[in-house]
Amino acid sequence: MKPIRDVIDWLEHRTGLETAIRDFLYEDIPASSGWHQIIGSAAVFFFVIQVFTGGLLAFNFAATPGDSYNSVRYIMTELTGGRLIRGLHHWGASMMLIIVVLHMIQVFLYGAYKKPREATWMVGCVLLLVTLVFGLTGYLLPWDNRAYWGTVVTTQITGSAPVLGPYLVRLLGSEAGVSRVTFSRFYALHTILLPPLVIILIGIHIYLVRKHGVAPAVGDTAPRKKFFPEQVFKDTIGVAIAFIILFTLAVIADAPLGRLADPTDTAFTPRPEWYFLFLFQTIKFFKGPLEVLGAVVLPGVAVLTLFLVPFIDRGPMVRLGKRGLAFGVVILGALAWTGLTTAAVMTTPANPEENGLIATTDVETGVQAWQSLSPEELQGLALFRKEGCKGCHPGSGKQGVGPDLTKLPADHRTAAWLVPHFKEPSKIVPGSTMPPVQLSNSDLNALSSFVLKLTADNESSIMAAPDYVVQGALVYQSNHCNSCHMIAGVGQKLGPVLDGVGQRHDRAWLEQHFNDPQSTSKGTSMPPYKFSPADMDAICKYLLQLPKA
Amino acid sequence: MEEKHLHEDAVDVSPTRRKFYILAINGIMGVIGALLAIPAAIYLLFPPKARKGTQWVKTADLSTIPADKPTEISFQRTRADGWQLITEKATAWVVKQPNNEVVAFTPNCTHLGCAYHWDDSSHTFICPCHTSAFAIDGKVLGGPAPRPLDRCQVKVENGVLQIGPPEQHA
Repeated sequence: MKPIRDVIDWLEHRTGLETAIRDFLYEDIPASSGWHQIIGSAAVFFFVIQVFTGGLLAFNFAATPGDSYNSVRYIMTELTGGRLIRGLHHWGASMMLIIVVLHMIQVFLYGAYKKPREATWMVGCVLLLVTLVFGLTGYLLPWDNRAYWGTVVTTQITGSAPVLGPYLVRLLGSEAGVSRVTFSRFYALHTILLPPLVIILIGIHIYLVRKHGVAPAVGDTAPRKKFFPEQVFKDTIGVAIAFIILFTLAVIADAPLGRLADPTDTAFTPRPEWYFLFLFQTIKFFKGPLEVLGAVVLPGVAVLTLFLVPFIDRGPMVRLGKRGLAFGVVILGALAWTGLTTAAVMTTPANPEENGLIATTDVETGVQAWQSLSPEELQGLALFRKEGCKGCHPGSGKQGVGPDLTKLPADHRTAAWLVPHFKEPSKIVPGSTMPPVQLSNSDLNALSSFVLKLTADNESSIMAAPDYVVQGALVYQSNHCNSCHMIAGVGQKLGPVLDGVGQRHDRAWLEQHFNDPQSTSKGTSMPPYKFSPADMDAICKYLLQLPKA
Repeated sequence: MEEKHLHEDAVDVSPTRRKFYILAINGIMGVIGALLAIPAAIYLLFPPKARKGTQWVKTADLSTIPADKPTEISFQRTRADGWQLITEKATAWVVKQPNNEVVAFTPNCTHLGCAYHWDDSSHTFICPCHTSAFAIDGKVLGGPAPRPLDRCQVKVENGVLQIGPPEQHA
């Protein structure tokens, strides 16, 4: 191993790197150090994981609203390993916050913030806040409904801050709601400004820990020991356990990605990430002009108190057993947090896209769902097939580029929303990659009536409607039969209602009737229809299968 | 040893424990590193799952293409570009032989991908970048080009020339 040793020696001589690493690893620590101090290292480790996975995600991320959603979907569904990488980043964010808080609780319980370590504590507080801002800004980036509406609420809360509120809102580019500007600023914070800031803060934090030394337990006079390898081994075990939990989460639980953000979706209940739920709930206790108390003043006072802990609790360090008050504060805080979070979960209704419960069905037994479609809806199905809509909307439970049509939000389930959307999708849903559907107005109406008919229960049956039925309905529609006849409750009753017509007449009668109505129904006002053989076949087959109303 | 500059009064663990600790640290960190590095490499290197763009595009009526003279035809095609399905203009150099056999060349030189053109006077395809020259059948006549011109799949249906995806070259 002579050559390697030579390289190391060369590096050491030119940079002092080896000495620096040794100094770092062979730092003396109190004999009382041990398992309770492994959490800080885990926090640093999780920051590294976030940087690593975040960088990987950025390689395939489009930093514009709308497109960002498409790119996240691309990462999750089309790139091998993308699901795992995003899972690690998503769950890693939550775990990092938990670990930072646990680290803080440990330091708090031991009173390790006391003189001369006040500055270390306060830098730690800033790190906690930056971690929260990381969570807040990253939350918006996938640009689904959850991200969009969650951020609407956050920016509104920011805006309610006394004096500074309006300026902060302007800084976030969200004077007119969550905008493209907001998105870019969140992205810049999340990926460009905050990471180096955290690196600097962690550097200062560790420098301060080293400067003052790891806080020893009270009365620890035993000979000091070295950081490496025993304590590093314990830190490694802690890191390994946390990593196993993270990796398992990322494998078994997909990071959420709902529908593309829709600023007009009134059915969606915004909810922040779980660790902000307690704040969300606190605000509910303050009504009207007092709301600013819950939204800004109270959290502000809490953060300030946290910063000032070393100056409030100024006595000398005591043994853990005598820190009853500190334990009390932690337990009370934990109880309050749990209570508020639970209350928030209980009182926020789940969103339709999370539980997928919009579907109902009125299909009678014995009749296929497609048999209950009106001719216009069948025309819509024909267009749905012809335009290749299935390519992006493959059906519920299948992964597609477009949304699941059986789970459209209630306010999208109208022709008034769907038809303009067909014409100019990206105008109605910014960022939508759906191409405009270039059809006549009556075709678009038919398409929308068909889409409105879809539910999770009838979808597979409707989609399987045989082609002859669909073709027959097209012949029916293009000859405007509905101006005199009614099928499935749609059309006029000038002529006979055609539901169940197959039980009154046979194929031969129908053909005869189309060719020469007077020969079968003396005195009828129905004109003769000269269908091509194919059209005649289609419309007869279609009419004969019509179920009784 | 080399640790003379360190605090000599601090106690150290026994050599066997020390060995075990270092082994465990390296082992665990190695496993974690692999669990991060392997998915990352797969994520970056594996091609995206195929999304279908347009397979065959109808271009021109075969009768409008002159025989024995390369014609650059342009057409619209749809293909997956990252997270988007884009529709773009594409071109191909089409050569129709007297017997109506058709060949379509992709419009990029096989050297470094510059766009070449047909030079009527020398009866060759000429690349302006490094003067690669190709014969009308795509064979390399000169310059640094490493292989003949790449081709697109073609078929003729009802007299209309259809262009498909590029043929895979070795």
